[in-house]
Amino acid sequence: MHNKSVAELSRDLESGKVSSVELTREFLDRIKQEDGKYNSFITVTEEQALAEARAADEQRAAGNATIWTGVPFAHKDIFCTNGVRTTCGSKMLENFIPPYDATVTDNFRKAGAVSLGKTNMDEFAMGSSNESSHFGAVTNPWGLSKGEKRVPGGSSGGSAAAVAARLVPAATATDTGGSIRQPAALCGVTGLKPTYGRVSRYGMIAFASSLDQGGTMARTAEDNALMLNVMAGFDPKDSTSLDREVPDYTATLNEPLKGLRIGLPKEYFSDQLSPAMEEQIRSAVKEYEKLGATVKEVSLPNARLAIAAYYVIAPAEASANLSRFDGVRYGYRCEDPKDLMDLYTRTRAEGFGTEVKRRILVGTYALSAGYFDAYYLKAQKVRRLIQQDFINAFKDVDVLMSPTSPSPAFIQGEKTNDPVTMYLEDIFTIAVNLAGVPAMSVPAGFIDGLPVGLQIIGDYFSEARLLNAAHQFQQVTDWHQREPQ
Amino acid sequence: MQWDIVIGLEIHVQLATKTKIFSGSSTAYGAEPNTQANAVDLAMPGTLPVPNEQAFRYAVMFGLAVNSEIERRSVFERKNYFYPDLPKGYQTTQLERPIVGPGYVDIDLSNGESKRIRIHHAHLEEDAGKSLHEDFHGMTGVDLNRAGTPLIEVVTEPDMTNAEEAVAFAKKLHSLVTSLGICDGDMSQGSMRFDVNISLKPKGSDTLGTRTETKNLNSFRFMEQAIAHEVERQMDILEDGGVIEQETRLYNGDRDESRSMRTKEEANDYRYFPCPDLLPVEIDESFIDDARSRLPELPDARKARFKDQYGLNDYDAGLLSGDATLAAFFEEAVAHGKDAKLTANWIQGEFSARLNAEEKSVADSPITGAQLGNMVTRISDNTISSAGAKKVFDALWTGENDNVDAIIDAKGLKQVSDTGALEQMVDEVLAGMPDQVAQFQAEEDPKKRKKMLGGFMGPLMKVSKGQGNPKLFNEILLKKLGG
Repeated sequence: MHNKSVAELSRDLESGKVSSVELTREFLDRIKQEDGKYNSFITVTEEQALAEARAADEQRAAGNATIWTGVPFAHKDIFCTNGVRTTCGSKMLENFIPPYDATVTDNFRKAGAVSLGKTNMDEFAMGSSNESSHFGAVTNPWGLSKGEKRVPGGSSGGSAAAVAARLVPAATATDTGGSIRQPAALCGVTGLKPTYGRVSRYGMIAFASSLDQGGTMARTAEDNALMLNVMAGFDPKDSTSLDREVPDYTATLNEPLKGLRIGLPKEYFSDQLSPAMEEQIRSAVKEYEKLGATVKEVSLPNARLAIAAYYVIAPAEASANLSRFDGVRYGYRCEDPKDLMDLYTRTRAEGFGTEVKRRILVGTYALSAGYFDAYYLKAQKVRRLIQQDFINAFKDVDVLMSPTSPSPAFIQGEKTNDPVTMYLEDIFTIAVNLAGVPAMSVPAGFIDGLPVGLQIIGDYFSEARLLNAAHQFQQVTDWHQREPQ
Repeated sequence: MQWDIVIGLEIHVQLATKTKIFSGSSTAYGAEPNTQANAVDLAMPGTLPVPNEQAFRYAVMFGLAVNSEIERRSVFERKNYFYPDLPKGYQTTQLERPIVGPGYVDIDLSNGESKRIRIHHAHLEEDAGKSLHEDFHGMTGVDLNRAGTPLIEVVTEPDMTNAEEAVAFAKKLHSLVTSLGICDGDMSQGSMRFDVNISLKPKGSDTLGTRTETKNLNSFRFMEQAIAHEVERQMDILEDGGVIEQETRLYNGDRDESRSMRTKEEANDYRYFPCPDLLPVEIDESFIDDARSRLPELPDARKARFKDQYGLNDYDAGLLSGDATLAAFFEEAVAHGKDAKLTANWIQGEFSARLNAEEKSVADSPITGAQLGNMVTRISDNTISSAGAKKVFDALWTGENDNVDAIIDAKGLKQVSDTGALEQMVDEVLAGMPDQVAQFQAEEDPKKRKKMLGGFMGPLMKVSKGQGNPKLFNEILLKKLGG
């Protein structure tokens, strides 16, 4: 049962082959037995899940089921869940129980899905290896059989590892600079970061507001489409969400790819790309050609500036977004503050981890009087150039393809002392967030037994086309079905 | 040495929207602490601001009323600093693209001249909560009911040269925003708060001196006192050869003293940057047209109309037109009382005195404009005397009776205007005062004669039990005495 997709499980529920309570028990048991190895969950909500499962079974018996009714899944612990602890991977929110649901959480609740708990993540979504979580690192299910403890990528490492390890068929995730795509690639699952504004950010704890976007993670493109059907849409509670019609993302999955114009950004296929990675990606692109797609080289001339611009804009926004964690109203508060300044400084010094503090400092510096123009304003100009690069590229092609990450999953601890090397993990993913376009990572092969992800980037609001392209690829390949041993 | 005083004002005006600028919480004043603060106001993780359209409408109405250009693309920025009553750790405000651009307001001065005060800009922002330092045994309480209340901050050019001008501007602005209905104007509840920037320069000099900012003055009187206090403080320092430090000061009105709150060196680096949770707000022509169509008559136009329509002089028209509630009271009274000048006198006399004595605003007045007007009618048609009118006014005010004619009847205030009866009384009184009659007739000085005439009035009033029409008595006396 645990190897089935959301679509398959939904059919089994509908046919009465299995009940939601049985399904929920099975996945909860798997989490209990297996997650000691991965640490992919921060909180497992067993009782609540079973209650939701019973309600879902009743709903289905009453004939009011949706595709999702009774299907187990999990939320990244960045989405606020009414009455359930939401930590964002931080000591700061170790005991924080929100009295409200994120819009995404609410949408899944209304669809009748059964949440099994909250998945582990880099603290405040800041990281590319899931090693900055206050609740411990997550271990990638791949490589464990050889005794290697590899990172699952980040920041949505818990969601990716849980899906890869078959602890849940699907999990929500968020992506600010690659936090869905890179862990999806490193764990061999399929993930989608939608267009900025497609999914409401309300109740999704902010890292960098102009870049954060909620998205999907599952093993198949079809399941990603099913998730996006629930998540996408205008939300009056989020002024940056866009009031645009939401298509049925499953409706176009089977469109033929004949005539699909693929662009390969030459900047993403430079000398620096490892030959092994290039070979995997090029052979994936060949599969597309077999499906009738045409391929040409394109250019994103300013892509090389993306990491530098991102590491000004994201920390700048984060430095303000994280000011609310001050020990005054909720969350961690230091012991016996002697005055207000002591309350602030010790609460924040003790409540935040190293990477979060590093980014708050970087962001504060970039916004300071005398530096603002040189850093923040310059970075915003670069951002506009990068947006323009994508707009230009999509005049000639329908999608762009590249590796998702420069290399497969690395060993835990390998990059923790070298933030810049860690930041380069997102070299192929970050420009997408700066431009606000949608992108996916699709399993596309292996290097030394470790999964490799193909990144597919689309024009604004082209999620349906991306899912279609990914789904068709998955009809002729089985990378996404491989199971870690 | 002679000094020029340079004054600029920053005025925080709380907008009278029902809900907050970025959340659906009520803005009503006086609720139990923290009962009007929802997850957004508390800055709970993941919550997001949603702009309140009415706040924009009010800001645009203000901009139109002060002759400003409306910025079509309005951008919100984050002003970062830590304070317990600032839940997000930043205030959402405007810096580079404020909604209201340069404009001006004309003020009237006591010497009869008017002066144009330029407005640099006005921007929309959210108010902070309140820190309560008393009643918590050395700790600080935080009340977030006010957090997120919409404000416009109006910033003037340094165009004022003394306290009179600054107060006149402040009062004019108060009159404007209350007339527009965009602010309740209740300064005791902090609906309008003034920051005063003051600097001194040698008389005639072109170079501005170093300025200080005195913050959070919440009455016109404190503002006037604070300006006098600060001017004197700076003058003392300068004349002793000292230098003014650029700083923010707090003024204590009860003690007439001020202290430094922070110097320039201690000032925060607010690290402003555009708020990524709020897209730039595009304000189109139709929104501005709609706001324009909602503009009520403004004080300047009303003053002109009062002069024109009611024949009031400049002074009376100015006083009665400034406050929208008072102006409405006056117009209601005139509609019932006809004699505008007499009505104006009663409003500025007895009515204002009673309001002041009881610390009431026009809105709290126990008597209506219609009642006052009816009373004025009875004065005009000689039914009652001024003295009688005071008694009527009193009965109306205390709520003894709400009908003017009923009060006149009940109290027997109706004047006797029957000339036959009055002549009889005059004959009777004059017969009893032969010496005074002779003296009067022998006197040639008109001033003295007038005074002597008054001497007969007392006995006449006594005989008529206070109900004789004084004007008619006067006429009859003159006729009988051969005046």
